[in-house]
Amino acid sequence: MRDSDVPQEGNCTLGGHRKALYARGADGKLHMVQSTGWEVEEIVTRQAVDDLNRLAEEARQRVIAGQTSALEYHMHRTRMDLPMLAQTTGLWQWRIRRHFRPATFARLSTGLLARYAGVMGLSIEQLKKVD
Amino acid sequence: MDFQHSQASHCESGVMSTMLSHHGLPISEAMAFGLSSALSFAYLPIVKINGLPLVAYRMPPKFIIKGLQKRLGLKMRFETFRRPADGSRRLDELLAAGHIVGLQTSVFWLPYMPEDLRFHFNAHNVLAYGRDTTSGDYLLSDPVFDTPVSCAAGPLESARFAKGALAPKGLLYYPTEKPMPPDWSKAIPQALKKTTRIMLDTPLPIIGVRGIRRLAGAIERLAGQNDPAAAKMFIGQVVRMQEEIGTGGGGFRFIYASFLQEAADLLAQPRLNELAEALIEIGDEWREFALAAARMIRDREALAPASLADKLRQLAEREQAFFRDLRRAA
Repeated sequence: MRDSDVPQEGNCTLGGHRKALYARGADGKLHMVQSTGWEVEEIVTRQAVDDLNRLAEEARQRVIAGQTSALEYHMHRTRMDLPMLAQTTGLWQWRIRRHFRPATFARLSTGLLARYAGVMGLSIEQLKKVD
Repeated sequence: MDFQHSQASHCESGVMSTMLSHHGLPISEAMAFGLSSALSFAYLPIVKINGLPLVAYRMPPKFIIKGLQKRLGLKMRFETFRRPADGSRRLDELLAAGHIVGLQTSVFWLPYMPEDLRFHFNAHNVLAYGRDTTSGDYLLSDPVFDTPVSCAAGPLESARFAKGALAPKGLLYYPTEKPMPPDWSKAIPQALKKTTRIMLDTPLPIIGVRGIRRLAGAIERLAGQNDPAAAKMFIGQVVRMQEEIGTGGGGFRFIYASFLQEAADLLAQPRLNELAEALIEIGDEWREFALAAARMIRDREALAPASLADKLRQLAEREQAFFRDLRRAA
């Protein structure tokens, strides 16, 4: 990659910040060049973010329909999945899956709620409801 | 001594380059990366991130710090903490004593990160070099940013004590002795040989050149699954690991080529310059692969896993030839 070929396509996922890439200058030596982003990265990052947003939105609909608990919604919204939530909370996956039942979730102890809220960076109040 | 922030393309090599330069051993990011033999390829189908396999173009986290310790004879101290409060207190102590301190953090909890990049990745390295006297915020040198940043105490503690895979456990590190320049004529060939061993001789079929071929096979099989959405997520994952923040582009191939050019000058070995040229071409080819994959994800091109797999096999072929040449040159 020559330094004139370094993409400056304004990748919106970088939030306006510039990243450093290595490219070849006129003297043939590689050096660091700042890049405002490449469309390719934007496509693949958006793809991942959009997929997570889709999962969260689907969960939100199911919460409203009473088919799942707010816990599942917040799990997706904070970009986690079941294995990750199990690993961070130290709970079994089947136990978390049980907590996806609205009736079970409504009866959870404050201790368990605090554990979930802690790894998601939420307050217990936020965890209990969907926005 | 005043602290000097510098931007880098990869967090760990950037932190080490800045830290060593601060302590009087000016060493570029590319040199930190190459000297620790951090270039690699790994396709780990068992390790899942949001249900997708892990693809890495470099060695695992902490490899650069450990590798530099070995090649430079560097003495570092690593500390982890059971309780977050202890970790924060120790960090304050070290900063008050004028140290600059490397920290392992989770990007999800760092508020200054762009929203779209805040995934649960627990092995992001930053340097802390002080606290703001009025707000009490920590002054951080995050190598992937072009200017220093700051972070409030609460979020930084969360980031240092995030749980899950690769949990940092509050890890902080700093050198305990002044770093000395190594005997380049020994250290560089050793580092080169180690990289060729990783890429060519690892007995697991998922690491090195064989890993690239294994990944090609996995991508080819996507065609038979008849689930275009899943196939796109899979190839998107491969490209994310290759081009997202912290690779210097082309899955670290360009940064390693830069290291080869520096090594050519230090050792007066022009052959390494020719090899750097070859590696730049390989890096360009990785970028063509990324471009083709992204076009398929966006349906600008028909989804054709077989053609991506062919590209990967070509890359495997070229990398194999390249690392064999590198072995001869080292």
